[in-house]
Amino acid sequence: MIANVDSLSQGLATLLQVIVVALGGPLLVGLMAKVKARAEGRVGAPISQPLRDLRKLLAKERLHARHASVVLPLAPMVIMATSVVAVAITPLVSTHPLLGSSADILVIVYLLLTGSAAAALAGLDPGTAFGGMGASRAMTIGALAEPALLVAVIALSIQSGTSNLPGIMASTLANPQWVLGPSRLLALGALLIVVIAETGRIPVDNPSTHLELTMVHEAMILEYAGPELALVSLGEAMRVGLLFSLVANLFLPWGIATHDTALALALGTVVVALKTAFVAVAVALIEVRSAKLRLFRLPELLAGGFVMSVLAVVTGLVTR
Amino acid sequence: MGWFLAALVLCGAAALVGAGLPRRVRVAGSALLGAAGCLIALAVALRTLIAGDTLTWHTTQILPFTGLSLSLDPLAAWFILASSFVGLAACLYNVGYAKGAMASRSAQSLFMVFVLTLIAVPAASSIMSLMFWWELMALSSLLLILTDQSRHREARSAALWYGAMTQIGAASILMGLLVMTSGGAGQSFADLRSHSSSLSPLAQSFAFVLVLLGFASKAGAVPLHVWLPKAHPEAPSPVSALMSSAMVAMGVYGIIRVGEDLLHGGTPWWWIAVALLGVVSAFYGALHATTSTDLKRLLAYSTIDIIGLVLIGVGAAGALKDNGQLGAAHVALSAALLLVVAHAAFKGALFLGAGAIERATGTRNLDLLGGLIHAMPVTALVVAISAGSIMAVPTLSGFSGEWLLLQGLLHGFATTSTPTVIVMLLGVIALALTGGLTAVAFVKSFGIGFLGQARSSGARDAREVAVSMRLAMLLLVVPSVALGVAPGLLVAMLSRATTSALGGKLASPLDAGTGLVLSRLGGAIAPAALLVGLVAVMALAWLLNQTLAQRRARRVEAWGCGRDLQTSRMQYTATSFAEPLQRVFADVLRPQSDVEVTHVAESRYYEQSLMYENRVVDVLEARGYRPLIAAAQRLGRVARGLQNGSIHRYLAFGFVALVVILVVVG
Repeated sequence: MIANVDSLSQGLATLLQVIVVALGGPLLVGLMAKVKARAEGRVGAPISQPLRDLRKLLAKERLHARHASVVLPLAPMVIMATSVVAVAITPLVSTHPLLGSSADILVIVYLLLTGSAAAALAGLDPGTAFGGMGASRAMTIGALAEPALLVAVIALSIQSGTSNLPGIMASTLANPQWVLGPSRLLALGALLIVVIAETGRIPVDNPSTHLELTMVHEAMILEYAGPELALVSLGEAMRVGLLFSLVANLFLPWGIATHDTALALALGTVVVALKTAFVAVAVALIEVRSAKLRLFRLPELLAGGFVMSVLAVVTGLVTR
Repeated sequence: MGWFLAALVLCGAAALVGAGLPRRVRVAGSALLGAAGCLIALAVALRTLIAGDTLTWHTTQILPFTGLSLSLDPLAAWFILASSFVGLAACLYNVGYAKGAMASRSAQSLFMVFVLTLIAVPAASSIMSLMFWWELMALSSLLLILTDQSRHREARSAALWYGAMTQIGAASILMGLLVMTSGGAGQSFADLRSHSSSLSPLAQSFAFVLVLLGFASKAGAVPLHVWLPKAHPEAPSPVSALMSSAMVAMGVYGIIRVGEDLLHGGTPWWWIAVALLGVVSAFYGALHATTSTDLKRLLAYSTIDIIGLVLIGVGAAGALKDNGQLGAAHVALSAALLLVVAHAAFKGALFLGAGAIERATGTRNLDLLGGLIHAMPVTALVVAISAGSIMAVPTLSGFSGEWLLLQGLLHGFATTSTPTVIVMLLGVIALALTGGLTAVAFVKSFGIGFLGQARSSGARDAREVAVSMRLAMLLLVVPSVALGVAPGLLVAMLSRATTSALGGKLASPLDAGTGLVLSRLGGAIAPAALLVGLVAVMALAWLLNQTLAQRRARRVEAWGCGRDLQTSRMQYTATSFAEPLQRVFADVLRPQSDVEVTHVAESRYYEQSLMYENRVVDVLEARGYRPLIAAAQRLGRVARGLQNGSIHRYLAFGFVALVVILVVVG
C-alpha cells in the first residue's frame, strides 16, 4: 500500500494535513457560528472570527490560578499534541500520511481521550467549584460517548477486515455498494451523535454559554488566559475539524488523494474541505433546531448512539 | 534450574531472617535477601523466555509421599516475570514502609513467604506441588491482611471473607484436578497431560468447571470477586500491590495451564464461559471503580476490570483455537499475557503510591485528599504515568495490551461459529465501555487526590515518603513506559509463551520490531514514532508559550464569580465527581442515599442542619452472598437442635444409622 511512496512526499502530505486542519478547524467553528446566526436572523461575526480571537489571545498575558500546579500549563500542550498527532496520522487529505500504517482507530480514539483527560485534570487543578463541575460533566459525557465511537468504527472495521483507517477507506473506495448498506447508515447515525457530543455542540453542550448551571467545556477551561487559552481553543478546534472530516471521509472517501502528486493533494484538500463544511453546516442546522438537553437526559441520547453502533455491528455481521 | 532453586532458597532465607534477626537489621536484611531472590528469578524467567526450553526439577523430599516437582516452561516463566518484578519492587518499598506492625517478626517473615510462593506457584508441575504453594500463598496473604487488625477494624471481616472464598476455591481446584486423575493417571502434570485425552468429554468438562471456579475466584472474576475489594485494600500496601498485581495473575495462569495445556483446549463453550466471566467482570469492575472514594478500593475494583479484559483475551484465544483460527488465537492470548505483565507493573505502582499517600496523610479516602502534587512530586509522577497506562494512553503499556486485544477480537470475527462471534462482539463492547469508565476513575483519583486544594489537615501537612519507597515506585514505572513505547521488543518472548500454552509450532502472527505489527492480518502501531510526534508538538507549543509571553505567568486568585477566597470545601470531591455516572448507572449500582433534615424549632420552613449520606455497596454481595450466608446460618441453627445433649437422642441416631447401613449393604 505504501511501499512505492517516498517518505518525503508523505511527510509533506502530513504537514499539509496539519496545516489545513489547524487553519480549517477555527474556520469551521466560525462557519458554524455564522450559519447559526443567519438561521436565527442575525448577521453574525465573520467566519474568520475564531482565528482573530486566537491572534488576540496569543498577545495576552499568562495568568495562573493560585493553587494550580504544573498540570495547568502542561495540559494545553498535551491537548495540542494529541490533536496534532491524531490529525497527522489520520487519512484526511491523502490516504497515506506519514505513520498511516499505525493510523489505527484505537490510536485515534485514545489520543482524543488523552486530550479530554488532560483538559479534565486542568479543570480540577485550580481547586475551584467550576473546574470540578466541568471536569466531572465532560468526563461523564466522554465516558458515555467513547464506547459508541469505538463500536461504530469497529462496525466499519469488521466490514473491511482491518481497524487501520487507510485500510477502511481503501476498501470503501473499492466497494462503493457498501456506502448505502444498513450497517453503514446505522454507524453514520451513531457517529453523528458521538461527534456532536465530543465537540460539545447543542443538544449536548452549548459552546457559546457561560451560564454556570449549563456549561460543560467552558467551565473546565475557565482558568485559562492568554496563549494557553489559545492553545486549548486551537486544540479543540482541530478536534472539531478532525472528527467532522473523519466522519465525512469514512462514509464518502471519494476525492481523497491516493497518490502524492501536487494535483491530487490540491484536489484532496479542496474536496475534504467541502465535505467537512457540509458536515459542519448540517451540525449547525441541528443546533439551531434543537434545545440543549438537561445533563441527565443526555445518557438517553448517548445510549441511543451506542445502541445504534451495536446494531451496526450486528447487521454488518448478519449481512456479510 | 539451579539458579531458580537458588532464588527460592534466597526468599526462604529472607523469611527466616525476618523471623529471627533483631528489629534494627530485620527489615533491611530480609528485604536484601528477598530482592536478590526476586532478581535471580527474574533473570531465570527471562532466560527461559529467550531460550524457549523447559527446565524441570524433582525431589522426593519436602512433601511427604509425592515429593516436590518444579518445571519452568515459557508460559510459567512469563508469569514469574511479572511476579518477580513486582516482588523486587515490593521488597525495596518495604524497607521504607515497614514500621509498627508491619516490621514485626511475623509480618516480615510472612511477607517473604508470600513473595516466595508467588514465584513458585507457576513453576509447580504436579498436583501436590501446586496445592502446596497455592495454599501457602493463600495462608501467608491471609495472615498479612491481619497485620494491622488492631487499627483497621474492617481487616478482620475482610480476612474472614478472603479465607472462606480462598478455601472454597482451593477445594474446588483440588477436586477438579483429582477428577482429571480418574482412571489411574499419576499426579504429575506430565501424566495428566498425556492421560487427559483418554478422559470422557463429560469428565473433562466437569474437571474444567471445578478448576475454573477456583482459579476465577482467585483472579477476582465477577461474581466470585466479593472478597477482593475487601481484602486487597485492607492489607498493608506492599502486600496489596503483590496481591493485586501478582496473585490475581496466578488465577489466570491456572486457567491457561489447566484448560489449554493439561486438557488441550477442550471444547469452545469452556472458553466462551471464560470470556463471559471476563465481560461481566470488566464492566462491573470499571463501574464500581468510578464510584469508589476509598483509593485502594478503587484500585481493587479496577483490578477486577483489567482481569476481566485478560479473561476476555484468554477466552477468545481458547474459543478461536477450537474453531481452527490459530493466528487470531495467538494474538488474543498475547494480548492477555501482555496485559498481565503491564497490569502487574502499573497496578503495583498504583498500590504502592496509595500506600505512600496513606503514609503521608493518614487516610486513603479521596474525599479528604487534594493538592498532594506540591508536597509529593515523585509519587504524583508515578501515579500519573501508571494511571495513564491503565487508561490506555497511547505510548504507555496499557494501550499496547488493549490494542492487541482488539486486534485478536476483530480477526476473530472471521470465524463461522455463531456463539464465538457473539462472544467476540461482547468482548469488543466490554472493551469500549470500560475505556471511558476507567478514564473517569483515574482522572478522578489523580485529579482529586493530587490536584486542587487540600481537603483535610492530613493532606495539608503531607511530606514526600522515604527514598526506598520512591525508588520502588519509580522502578515499577519503567515497564509501563517501556512496554508502551517499544512493545515489539517482547514479541519474541510473548510468542514462546503463547506457543507453549496453545501448543503446535511457533505460529504467532506477531512480527518482531519495536512497534506491534501483524503483517499477515494487517494492522500495526508504532508507538515510538507517536511518542516522537507528541513530544515534538509539545516542545513546539512550549516554545511558542515561552516566546510569546513577555514575562512569567502571574499568580492570581481563581475566578469565583467576583467573590475572592475560595475554600477547599467549595471544590468538587471524589463523590461529587462521580455522581453523574452513579446516577446514570443507578440501575446497576443501586446507590443508597439518605437525606436527614433537622428543622428549627420555630418553623419547619427553615432548616437547622442537613445531613446527606451516600453509599454504594456491592450489589452482588448484598443480594447474592448475604442471603446465602443467612441461609447457611439458619441451617446451622436448625442443625443445632439435633444436638441437645440428650444421650437418648444420640443413641437413637446411632441405631438409625446402623439400620440404614444394614439395609443399604444388605
